[in-house]
Amino acid sequence: MADTAKTTHPQPAGRPEKGAEFGYVGIDAILEQMRRKAMKQGFELNIMVVGQSGLGKSTLINTLFKSKVSRRSVMPSDEERIPKTIEIKSVSHDIEEKGVRMKLTVIDTPGFGDQINNENCWQPIMKFINEQYEQYLQEEINISRKKRIPDSRVHCCIYFIPPTGHCLRPIDIEFMRHLSKVVNIVPVIAKADTLTLEERDFFKQKIREDLRVNEIEVYPQKEFDEDSEDRMINDKIREMIPFAVVGSDQEYQVNGKRLLGRKTRWGTVEVENTAHCEFAYLRDLLIRTHMQNLKDITSSIHYEVYRVRRLNENNTHPSDQPNGHSNGVPTHEVLSHEM
Amino acid sequence: MRIEEEQKEGWDEEKEAERMHCEKLEKESMQLGKALAVIWSEIHCLHDDIDSIMDLIRNQRNLEGYVGFANLPNQVYRKSVKRGFEFTLMVVGESGLGKSTLINSLFLTDLYSKDYPGPSQRIKKTVQVEQSKVLIKEGGVQLTLTIVDTPGFGDAVDNSNCWQPVINYIDSKCEDFLNAESRVNRRQMPDNRVHCCLYFIAPSGHGLKPLDIEFMKRLHDKVNVIPLIAKADTLTPEECQLFKKQIMKEIQEHKIKIYEFPDTEEDEDSKLIRKIKERMPLAVVGSNVVVEVNGRKVRGRQYPWGVAEVENGEHCDFTVLRNMLIRTHMQDLKDVTNNVHYENYRSKKLAAVTCNGVDASKSKGQLTKSPLAQMEEERREHVMKMKKMETEMEQVFEMKVKEKKQKLKDSEAELERRHEQMKRNLEAQYKELEEKRRQFEEEKANWEMQQRILEQQKLDASKTMEKNKKKGKIF
Repeated sequence: MADTAKTTHPQPAGRPEKGAEFGYVGIDAILEQMRRKAMKQGFELNIMVVGQSGLGKSTLINTLFKSKVSRRSVMPSDEERIPKTIEIKSVSHDIEEKGVRMKLTVIDTPGFGDQINNENCWQPIMKFINEQYEQYLQEEINISRKKRIPDSRVHCCIYFIPPTGHCLRPIDIEFMRHLSKVVNIVPVIAKADTLTLEERDFFKQKIREDLRVNEIEVYPQKEFDEDSEDRMINDKIREMIPFAVVGSDQEYQVNGKRLLGRKTRWGTVEVENTAHCEFAYLRDLLIRTHMQNLKDITSSIHYEVYRVRRLNENNTHPSDQPNGHSNGVPTHEVLSHEM
Repeated sequence: MRIEEEQKEGWDEEKEAERMHCEKLEKESMQLGKALAVIWSEIHCLHDDIDSIMDLIRNQRNLEGYVGFANLPNQVYRKSVKRGFEFTLMVVGESGLGKSTLINSLFLTDLYSKDYPGPSQRIKKTVQVEQSKVLIKEGGVQLTLTIVDTPGFGDAVDNSNCWQPVINYIDSKCEDFLNAESRVNRRQMPDNRVHCCLYFIAPSGHGLKPLDIEFMKRLHDKVNVIPLIAKADTLTPEECQLFKKQIMKEIQEHKIKIYEFPDTEEDEDSKLIRKIKERMPLAVVGSNVVVEVNGRKVRGRQYPWGVAEVENGEHCDFTVLRNMLIRTHMQDLKDVTNNVHYENYRSKKLAAVTCNGVDASKSKGQLTKSPLAQMEEERREHVMKMKKMETEMEQVFEMKVKEKKQKLKDSEAELERRHEQMKRNLEAQYKELEEKRRQFEEEKANWEMQQRILEQQKLDASKTMEKNKKKGKIF
């Protein structure tokens, strides 16, 4: 325990140090207390993966968390058929590392973009995301709330772009345009071992240009940078998106080390080698550095937008819904509030 | 000195002797050569004799001697080489699957280069069909290659009926050929029919997409469909095997008829063909860029982890595709197109024409009608239709003319009426004015009269006053 250690330390020392110790209060010990609390509570993270079938979504999730957490690994009989309509399947796991527990939920969307007519394929997904916000909102405005509201809101949506090498397709642009307003989108180039380095740079440039032209804000969004330090870090990341990733959950022996990779007849693609692909950067962004930031932006910005919209809707139709769910205050008072 | 001279003389003599010896040897060798030549020619003659005798022995009922029609294949070959060959290849697939690169690699030309970027560099809103012709010469043989590209296929959000422009194109080319064939003067019949359609499947690793299945189902009886796995360097060998099996299973499930390689009797070829059949669908990688691997130059794709060679049979099936498409089966593709797909189209088209508006009992008889009579009938029908249309149009025209006349008359009457009315108005006004004027004249006359009376009175008055004055002084 840090604070007790600090206060017992100066005792054996001489008189002059006792005077210096009077200045120390111990406020920074709160960091230690928070850490302990967080470790006891555990974290939650909800990731959604969206993309056409066959782009390596499940493999990438398995690679990210170094264990078989994707939908395919959990369901014993996976027929490789393409579903006729978009389904939303979510799988939850509790994983632990160095005493830190995390409840990871992976939300998969099989059937996205696979049909011949893909109009409005983003609607089921929008509906799902809004349902999660709604659930959280209902819990929040409950009269007797739970101590800790279970957070099922989607913190991050990884969108898989097929490696055509030319530019974004209309379906990609439509999807990202609709969803960048409600959730953090992280676009990645799937199966990047199909592109040579020049093709990869060209493709990224084209994608960034397309995003800019269509005014799509992907994570990290420029407008949410809080200070110049954030901006610097995020600018570096923004220069690299979309990340060109390769996923693999099989290990091979390369130069005496066992590494995750894909073995082809002309070489082995190492997943964690930054000269080969950018998986390491994606993993750092999602897990090691920006996980909390993702959750913060979801809860403080996207969720708030939803909440404001919802509550305004409620207020403009006070007669329609006798709000038993509102914050306990009867409706006529709400009206007078408005006046 | 003397000794040297003597020696020299000796040497000279020796040289002379040697020279004569050489000459003699030469003469002898020439004679030997001549003798050899004679012997060789005799041997050849003997060979020919033996051959002819063998032939005679073998086919007693055939000809005596050598006629020469065994030379026929050579003649055909020479004529075709002079005429040149035509081949039309269609490539279909979503954008970004490497179709242009594969075409460039197959024919070792830059059909789509940086200066003239292929249609796939831009995403189109609707599916279009574009064709490019190129003339390739190799070893004296000339090939007119037409590449038909379909940019925009499968790229939109809603892809229903994206196969329709492709089907229309193929049908239109068959129709052109049908018309050219049925013409009276058909000296030049260019064969622009699509001989082969390469369909690119995206390397998802799972199976066929609904779009793939729909497209292949609609086109397998119009053109030779060869499915290919594009960008195969994305799959490991195991994934590739699984994927191929899955695709073949689905193709059989949906009863899609892809191009089947013909079985030949010779053992060697059939082994090759069986090997090709096992590897279907072919997984290809395309590249026209030369890189260096272990000191030798190969065409391939350079990655940080290695080089994927295009022409290496272990890496991908590109060489199989090239051999099959160009070196061994090009003629067969054309034959199948001509004999199977074109005939299908032709019989369907002609049957549709004959069954036009005729009941079933008659149609059977009419199917066997000769095409000339058919054409006559068609012409008569056409003429009748034209006449009918003419009469109709005349009627319509007359009606319109009548209407217009009526309208004009109406408006004329209207104008006249108004004219009358205005005239009457004017006359009324005129009369009024006249009245007023008369009145005014009357008044004036009255007034003048009154004035005169007044004057008269005045005169009278003044006269009486004078009289009175004269008479006056009375009182």
